[in-house]
Amino acid sequence: MNDLLKFITCGSVDDGKSTLIGHMLYDAKLIFTDQENALILDSRVGSRGGEIDYSLLLDGLMAEREQGITIDVAYRYFNTEKRSFIVADTPGHEEYTRNMAVGASFADLAIILVDGSKGLLTQTRRHARICALMGIRHFVFAVNKMDLVSYDAEVFQKIELDIRKLMVEFKYATLCVLPVSATEGDNVTTPSKNMLWYRGATLLSYLENIDVSKEESKEGCILPVQRVCRPNANFRGFQGQIVQGKLSVGDKVKVLPSGQTACLSSMYVTDKAMDTCIEGQAVTVSIDREIDISRGCVITTEESLSIGRLFKASLLWMDNDELIEGRSYLLKLGGKMVPATVQKLHYQIDVNTGEKKLIKKGHKNEIISCDISVSEKIVLQNFEKCMAMGRFILIDRVTNMTSACGRVEYVLRRSDNLTYQNMDITRDIRAEMLGQKPVTLWFTGLSGSGKSTVANAVEKELVAMGKHTMILDGDNVRMGLNKNLGFTETDRVENIRRIAEVAKLMNDAGLIVLVSAISPYNVDRANARAIIGDAYREIYISTPLEVCEKRDVKGLYAKARQGQLPNFTGISAPYEVPKDAELSIDTSLMELERSVEKIVKLCCV
Amino acid sequence: MTHLDKLEVEAIYIMREVVAECEKPVMLYSIGKDSSVMLHLAMKAFYPEKPPFPFMHIDTSWKFKEMLDFRDRVADKYGIEMLVYRNEKAIEQGINPFDHGSAYTDIMKTQALKQALDKYGFTAAFGGGRRDEEKSRAKERIFSFRNEEHAWDPKNQRPELWDIYNTRIHKGESMRVFPLSNWTEKDIWQYICRENIDIVPLYFAKERPVVYRDGNIIMVDDERMKLRADEEIVMKKVRFRTLGCYPLTGAIESDADTLEAIVAETLGAVSSERTSRVIDHEAAGSMERRKKEGYF
Repeated sequence: MNDLLKFITCGSVDDGKSTLIGHMLYDAKLIFTDQENALILDSRVGSRGGEIDYSLLLDGLMAEREQGITIDVAYRYFNTEKRSFIVADTPGHEEYTRNMAVGASFADLAIILVDGSKGLLTQTRRHARICALMGIRHFVFAVNKMDLVSYDAEVFQKIELDIRKLMVEFKYATLCVLPVSATEGDNVTTPSKNMLWYRGATLLSYLENIDVSKEESKEGCILPVQRVCRPNANFRGFQGQIVQGKLSVGDKVKVLPSGQTACLSSMYVTDKAMDTCIEGQAVTVSIDREIDISRGCVITTEESLSIGRLFKASLLWMDNDELIEGRSYLLKLGGKMVPATVQKLHYQIDVNTGEKKLIKKGHKNEIISCDISVSEKIVLQNFEKCMAMGRFILIDRVTNMTSACGRVEYVLRRSDNLTYQNMDITRDIRAEMLGQKPVTLWFTGLSGSGKSTVANAVEKELVAMGKHTMILDGDNVRMGLNKNLGFTETDRVENIRRIAEVAKLMNDAGLIVLVSAISPYNVDRANARAIIGDAYREIYISTPLEVCEKRDVKGLYAKARQGQLPNFTGISAPYEVPKDAELSIDTSLMELERSVEKIVKLCCV
Repeated sequence: MTHLDKLEVEAIYIMREVVAECEKPVMLYSIGKDSSVMLHLAMKAFYPEKPPFPFMHIDTSWKFKEMLDFRDRVADKYGIEMLVYRNEKAIEQGINPFDHGSAYTDIMKTQALKQALDKYGFTAAFGGGRRDEEKSRAKERIFSFRNEEHAWDPKNQRPELWDIYNTRIHKGESMRVFPLSNWTEKDIWQYICRENIDIVPLYFAKERPVVYRDGNIIMVDDERMKLRADEEIVMKKVRFRTLGCYPLTGAIESDADTLEAIVAETLGAVSSERTSRVIDHEAAGSMERRKKEGYF
């Protein structure tokens, strides 16, 4: 049976990626006749004046064919007598960089195209950098369009030198630079008659022969647990894929993060009982004693795995929304999904020069260095040492978008010195003494919507009922605890985070907390909900803008209309209507007493 | 590990991720060879447990008889839960592939599938789609996000990095998951051979009653087949490369009546398999359009 090579083609737009692969498939007779006929028909109306346009074999979406560009990765499958191949053809436009990264994350080898008539472009450098970031170790640079530079050896040699200079910065295992013409077919599958000065292999023959297997590792076994299998009361198996090393029945293993040990008592590779299993296999293992193991735990014989809560990471930011310090995301790593916060943005790497630039925010398509903390200790490893335990994604908590992918550069130890102290007197005990259930009522809504009025009335009612309460008013907090914060996005996030943390502490003290803050953005409210947890109750004061503006208690709307207040919610900045508020109240429609009654009821749920 | 071993491990990993993270999964079962492979992989993935989700067949009421017999036999043999859903309202209205053209596929497959997913509230549905089948499929993610309308947005897919899948959805949204994304037709046949997987007998060449229609060979599976004036039923030794609704599925003339012969024929094939699907050819991008509307 043949082995498999997964590779990608990348490089700037119009460097001829799709054409190169199309030509290779066509020459090597790797397409079916109906596809060939469709290709010839499509080419007649295309831009090559009736000549075959090989790129049409790959661009599959209607929008791509209409615009003549590649938007998303296309996967093609072919095999020669020597090898099976999967190629991911990736988009060249900067706008679609994240789709290029998708392809790169999947591949063992990258073919980066360079237009021989233009040399290295920013996009070439960006793609080389992203390939290295995603963990590709084998690089082929195909200097294309040699036909346009008269197959000149000197042009090629100059570009080759630039490529070797570029690659100095990255860690790689192999590097090959070769001159081709994708449209004419020189050095694609047959040696070029126009470039006799080039004595290396053709592209296809290079791909057929390169060895991309990892050196045999002597390291211990790593098995991240994907799920627990419990068909009946007598069997408890842990299922997952071995990402490093091998395991045998009888081996003494450690379970992380708990650190408990056990011996392997049985093992299945898919549905067959086995004594030993190796890297890459899908297994089910069981152990000789009852210890707590769930998804996200790691069964291992490897000593060097880390357990931590804080690490330095490199990210590729992929979201249209900006990355802001202090914001909370979900992090997925090795089957574990945990809340995570981007603690500190260090710098952005200039894709062209590799220079480090200090930044306040991260933007789409940027490579960023930052610190990330997670809400509990997780098992992880430097990406360089173990890819499977050192790569992760960040998910936006509101939109569920995959906002970034990243790698663990190293685990920071300072978090290890901070452990959460469990006290004997808990929130429940304090609450019981006060005879109440501590909750945080979070009032959100436009300025003048009646948040403070309602919160004030609710508190009076609660106190009359003998409850212990505290109001945190957005404006008041800004005069004290948060007086060093302004109104930029970063400060706004921090403002909400501090209020939420304080509310949580007060809940711990057993108090019922009422927070009154405009909090106009879904992400910020989601962050507050994440910090405060089950005690969080969101009340949306939905009084319409016209009514708030008419009331204009503080005279702010008038100022905002005159342009004196930039970023004023409702006028010059948006208010995102909450989707999952526990309660909505329009003070222009509902009597205050009735509102109070409904909210007090919410306290008891 | 061989190429097939790697594909097997990838599919198993994907299935386990879905079961670990998605609230209510279902495996779509179309009775074809890809579904047979997917079912076989599901039995392996969770062993010694049975697959912890039901299987579901969307029955257009125009499937080959042999397919339905096979479906019931397989469900019995493996002891799995097999749901069958039919768009009964449309069947009552007499919607059929002869009179209703492309509307038929939409109503009996796409609409029926959406109705079934909504009825049971499934949040993730496994499908046997492969990227080598068709150009728009070649672009689709393994975890393919669908909105409340079950629609696919090809221009705005979530990035999918390494083997870390983002399974997060809001209420009403869902995932289509394709564990066989990276398999080719050849891989499927070689795996069926290697694992000795039971498949519908229609894949093997046999004398069958057929008519020649618009360049396709259509098998006359029951009396509902409307013959045109110039058509005549003839007996031919044929087999099928893909299976769907019998009036829309073209056979090929072949003598391949063993798995080995089928593999040999596939290795030397000159046409891609979907040429025998009548619906794919209606208009450029027809698959992409149907997928945007919620088709698999």
